[in-house]
Amino acid sequence: MNESAVIPGATIAAGEDRSDAARVTGAMRGFALEIGALSAFRMESCIHCGICAEACHFYIATDDPQYTPIWKVEPFKQAYKREASAFAPLVRLLGLKREVTAAQLENWQHLLFDSCNLCGRCSLICPMGIDVAALIEQARHAMFDAGLAPKELYAKAAHQKRTGQPEASAERYRERLLAIGKDFGVEIPLDRTQVDLMLCVPRTDIEDYPGAVAALARVMAHLGISCTFRSDGLVAENYGYFAGGKEWQRDISLRLIDQVIACGAKVLLVPECGHAYTALRWEAADLYGAPLPFRVLSVTEFLADELRAGRLALNRADLGKTTFQDPCQLVRKGGVNDAPRALLAALGVDLHELENHGGFAFCCGGGGGVVDIERAAPLRYRAMETKLREVDDTGATTFLTSCSDCRRTFDDAKAHFDWERKPQSLLELVAANLAGPGRSA
Amino acid sequence: MDLLTFARGPALKIALAVFCVGVTWRIVSIALLRIRRTENRPRNSWLRSALSGVVAVGSRSWPHRAFIARTGAGEALGYSYHLGLFAVVLLFTPHILLIGSLSGVTWPGLPSGAISVVSVLTVTLLLAVVFRRITHPVLRLLSNADDYFSCFITLLVLVTGIAATAHIGGPYQTLLAFHILSFDVLLLWFPFGKLMHAFYIFPSRALNGALLARKGAVS
Repeated sequence: MNESAVIPGATIAAGEDRSDAARVTGAMRGFALEIGALSAFRMESCIHCGICAEACHFYIATDDPQYTPIWKVEPFKQAYKREASAFAPLVRLLGLKREVTAAQLENWQHLLFDSCNLCGRCSLICPMGIDVAALIEQARHAMFDAGLAPKELYAKAAHQKRTGQPEASAERYRERLLAIGKDFGVEIPLDRTQVDLMLCVPRTDIEDYPGAVAALARVMAHLGISCTFRSDGLVAENYGYFAGGKEWQRDISLRLIDQVIACGAKVLLVPECGHAYTALRWEAADLYGAPLPFRVLSVTEFLADELRAGRLALNRADLGKTTFQDPCQLVRKGGVNDAPRALLAALGVDLHELENHGGFAFCCGGGGGVVDIERAAPLRYRAMETKLREVDDTGATTFLTSCSDCRRTFDDAKAHFDWERKPQSLLELVAANLAGPGRSA
Repeated sequence: MDLLTFARGPALKIALAVFCVGVTWRIVSIALLRIRRTENRPRNSWLRSALSGVVAVGSRSWPHRAFIARTGAGEALGYSYHLGLFAVVLLFTPHILLIGSLSGVTWPGLPSGAISVVSVLTVTLLLAVVFRRITHPVLRLLSNADDYFSCFITLLVLVTGIAATAHIGGPYQTLLAFHILSFDVLLLWFPFGKLMHAFYIFPSRALNGALLARKGAVS
């Protein structure tokens, strides 16, 4: 780490004070649980070409080599070579790789959490075809097992595992949800059974963007969808996923899975929340241990499907020059490529794409839990500058996205940089431009 | 037994044996680790995913438009010396005859003058790659003894080959012995270090391409 700039010390969550030996043992146990043929193959394939750095906004913004994506998993490559690779006994005998130390792991907290959004852009540039982001996610699991999840993510994950919501609120989310319904004059379907579809909501929307919650309910009512929120499975985000706590991620996912099964829904609709989509669409079934007995759809792809099927009609929205932020988890990692643009086209939006868009878009900078890590803010602001410049370069007056965490991150940037653009929700735009009387009318 | 007889006799046999056993073990040792099946529902069929994997083997050979400005020069440098290596190894007539004597298959080679030019160019490009590895902050941070030794042994095989062909630096027999000995060392080292990427590159690209396509994501 000689060439790196300042590495902030690790933050240790309350209750996670451990001896150095226990920390290393925890990390190695977590790491051993993760090592399968796929991750071994990925680590073996790295040729140290450094090209992944050129995809990462943290490196691009700082020119600091420590932010090279594959370097972020260096202790785990080191451990793999020493403990599990083809010639591990030889590696140990000749001392070719040193044992991973607690100090090394503590240094890497900054690299694995503060400076990685799990956005997966690096996985698209690697000439060897390594999914670097997948390795980083696995390394986060080992860090959690070492008690080295950043304190903010750990605390929110612990709270969510225990209570269902990531932090205490003056008014419980159930009551807040009903209040939003009253405020916006829309009926909130709650705790129904024998429905077709179960809804959940980003905690970010509950706290910061109630209009998006109302928009979701309004669109569902307009389409005449039999659906419900469930008091015991309201929150879409999974802070276990962010913190790297695989068991906690499982428990948090199960809370939602159990509720979908309880209400008999055939579809779990993930609201505008990218990481929730990854956690529920692509990871929950593995944690559940079997294929989920229902489909998981993002609200964006659901609406595009309704549009294609002729069940949703939209008025033209007169927004002027507009640009769109592709949420990484939904588009690049989730495969929801065409749906946002199908909706934008139906709304008659004058779309001016960002220089890097679709699967190659830069992350907003807040993903992967980074927006929740207080210490990471200065670096996050630097990493965001590329994106903000791209948005400015379009000359757009309207800036849309379909992820509440993107929205929150840009709103934070708006305050920090005194940036003039305000990110808006694609879902809210759809809800404001529903055509026709609707089927529930 | 003189040096040349040793180099292309017992040394080559031992090196080939280590190469074959080592490469096989390195691949088998990965396959012996757990292969987890995933339970999520794919967006695309396995056939479409597999085809996308095949496409990714080719498409990952060159960066996507979004990345070219930042990585095109570095990748071009890397691919250029690989192309030079392939030309020297596979299109130099003595190499073709050697392969032919072992396999019975031969093909036309390039004139030796052309090979000489390509060899010198390849050495120059490889030196540039090493220089870049030493001076580029990211590459310097990532690089370890394995990377440098893999470059060094490749360079040694090339340089001794040029010396033997051009009769520079000593009697032909001795230079040829050094060339073959350095190749023996390369074979011995191959299964233990980064040279293994020659076996990993295509399956790795294919796997990533297929897994991304399974989700409907761009690869």
